[in-house]
Amino acid sequence: MVLAFLELEQGEISELSLQMLNLAADIAAQMNTGVQAVLVGEDGRTAAGDLAAYGISEVHVVEHEELVDYAPEALAQGLLQLMAALQPKALIAAGSDRGNELLARVSVRGELPMAANCIAASAGEGLRVTRVRWGGSLLEEAVLRGCPALLTVMAHMLAPIEASPAGSEPNISSFQTTLNADDLRVRVTAREPVGGGVSLNNAPVVVSGGRGVGSAEGFDILEKLAGQLGAAVGCSRAVTNNGWRPHSDQVGQTGAQISPELYIACGISGAIQHMSGCRGAKRILAVNTDPEAPILQRANYAVTGDLHEVLPALSAEIDKLA
Amino acid sequence: MEILVCVKRVPVPGVRFVLTEDEREIVTRNLGFTISPHEECAVEAAVQLVEQHGGSSTVLTMGEPAAVEQLRFAISMGVNEAVLIETDGGECDAAATTAAIVEAVRAEQSAGVPFDALLFGNESADAGNYQVGLGVAHALNLPCVVGIKALDVQADGSVVAKREIAEGWEVYELALPAVFTVKEGVNLPRYPLLRGRLAAKKKEIKTYPAQGPGEAGLEMMAFKNPQETASQVEVLGEGPGAAPRVAALLQEMGVL
Ligand SMILES: Cc1cc2nc3c(=O)[nH]c(=O)nc-3n(C[C@H](O)[C@H](O)[C@H](O)COP(=O)(O)OP(=O)(O)OC[C@H]3O[C@@H](n4cnc5c(N)ncnc54)[C@H](O)[C@@H]3O)c2cc1C
Ligand SMILES: Nc1ncnc2c1ncn2[C@@H]1O[C@H](COP(=O)(O)O)[C@@H](O)[C@H]1O
Repeated sequence: MVLAFLELEQGEISELSLQMLNLAADIAAQMNTGVQAVLVGEDGRTAAGDLAAYGISEVHVVEHEELVDYAPEALAQGLLQLMAALQPKALIAAGSDRGNELLARVSVRGELPMAANCIAASAGEGLRVTRVRWGGSLLEEAVLRGCPALLTVMAHMLAPIEASPAGSEPNISSFQTTLNADDLRVRVTAREPVGGGVSLNNAPVVVSGGRGVGSAEGFDILEKLAGQLGAAVGCSRAVTNNGWRPHSDQVGQTGAQISPELYIACGISGAIQHMSGCRGAKRILAVNTDPEAPILQRANYAVTGDLHEVLPALSAEIDKLA
Repeated sequence: MEILVCVKRVPVPGVRFVLTEDEREIVTRNLGFTISPHEECAVEAAVQLVEQHGGSSTVLTMGEPAAVEQLRFAISMGVNEAVLIETDGGECDAAATTAAIVEAVRAEQSAGVPFDALLFGNESADAGNYQVGLGVAHALNLPCVVGIKALDVQADGSVVAKREIAEGWEVYELALPAVFTVKEGVNLPRYPLLRGRLAAKKKEIKTYPAQGPGEAGLEMMAFKNPQETASQVEVLGEGPGAAPRVAALLQEMGVL
């Protein structure tokens, strides 16, 4: 059996987890077995019913009275204990911050090798995986030895698994973890929510600026357009390196990986490390003075020209329409 | 405070990597080298912690002899000491890298003061395994917080580390010694000054030999360049004159 670790987002199975389930189902089919799911705590139990639509009939809910907030060492310990009980052939998670962290913790604690950011796998002697390296510049074919195989799935490379309405309610069982004090050394002790605004992570439209914006003040025209479109503002590393925007706005390999309906890239050349953050975008509109800029290879729409002229003209046009 | 920071030498990627014929290596002849942005921030954090709390910092890398370039870069940013675990350049998997670093850390600790904080990148720029920092922490039985974007050492020696998530910040409080893997954004790394660069040139670098790699749990078979299908780009126009067409398109998409 293949064990899939599922994450929640506002109480529902996360988009990246649904993408992961696609590869999990593929691996399970190759191994002539099925996929069972792991969720955590009360919220996990609540979301478990949704799994019927994805053909999952067994759900394990990892529980412990101390697992009230995120405690990654304890969770990794719980996953190791669950694996010992169920003997899965693989444990698979989304290539999210959390998925990569948890599987890496399981890997070092369980002395099992792990393959991060996979996009394909074929079962044989060991698991032959294709994984993304360099934030997308290169693919690696590798053999993952170790049972259970530990792997995460690269974000926004695979389609989410399709829901089928016919499924029946899954069987949900509780798995009580045993923890010691060391397992709880690392845990979230407080949370600081961010106030208001459209968040980069789930904004339907992102207006993003690069070196071509030229200054921190240069972003005023991007803010204006973003306001009109209900969009979030993003940026490239050239921008955060210059201190024009906070790093939380950075899109790319070492920034946010987003999947908006529309990504408007202004004065961004389109380096692979940047594109690795907006690969999930449905459409890209590039505004660039250089008609040869690499971003045009990835963009669906382009305007050639100075963003300092194009964006104000666009904002004025939108005002006219309103 | 005694701080260790670990960095990895990687080629600077261009538009497309050129691979050797057996597809097992990147041709680096015409490439420069760097470290991950996460690691650059880890170096900056090490320098800042020593500036604020005294003590000294050490940068460590495992790699080919040429990796001293990255050690000297860290020295030029203000790190005090440098350690090279010297290999013949071949790639190791995460477990082998972890084992080699743990051994060097133990040797360094028994020769001097134990490290209060060990800093790593959240993931390396090339391999992106997410494992080495956690592996070292596990071997040394130290707690490890990953992916942090804020790190504050309090007067009583306890630490507040924060991780940025979609909904805000997760706060972790723990006692030193501890391991942290940092993300870019934890600070804005300084640009090395000439004085630092000159000092870095002269710095003596302590070297340990690396053991040959054992059997890899994740064994690389071949690299492949991703197949990029260029999108069909529709040019909507030039300059501000394109605005009406763009606005019409936004309307069509339902964005307006
Ligand atoms: C390991 C690693 C990780 C990285 N991670 C990231 C990451 O997470 N995110 C990221 O963005 N980068 C990342 N980078 C850096 C990346 O390689 C590029 O250096 C960076 O994305 C370049 O930013 P840019 O496109 O804004 O700047 P440039 O490449 O300098 O491009 C500026 C563009 O603006 C155009 N332009 C100039 N003036 C105007 C104008 N007035 N109007 C319109 N267009 C104009 C130019 O034609 C050009 O195309 C990473 C690099 C490495 C090595
Ligand atoms: N060869 C190496 N030498 C020194 N540090 C390394 C090496 N490889 C990885 N690291 C450190 O471990 C972090 C995580 O690497 P990885 O597990 O490969 O993603 C990196 O950001 C570095 O801080």
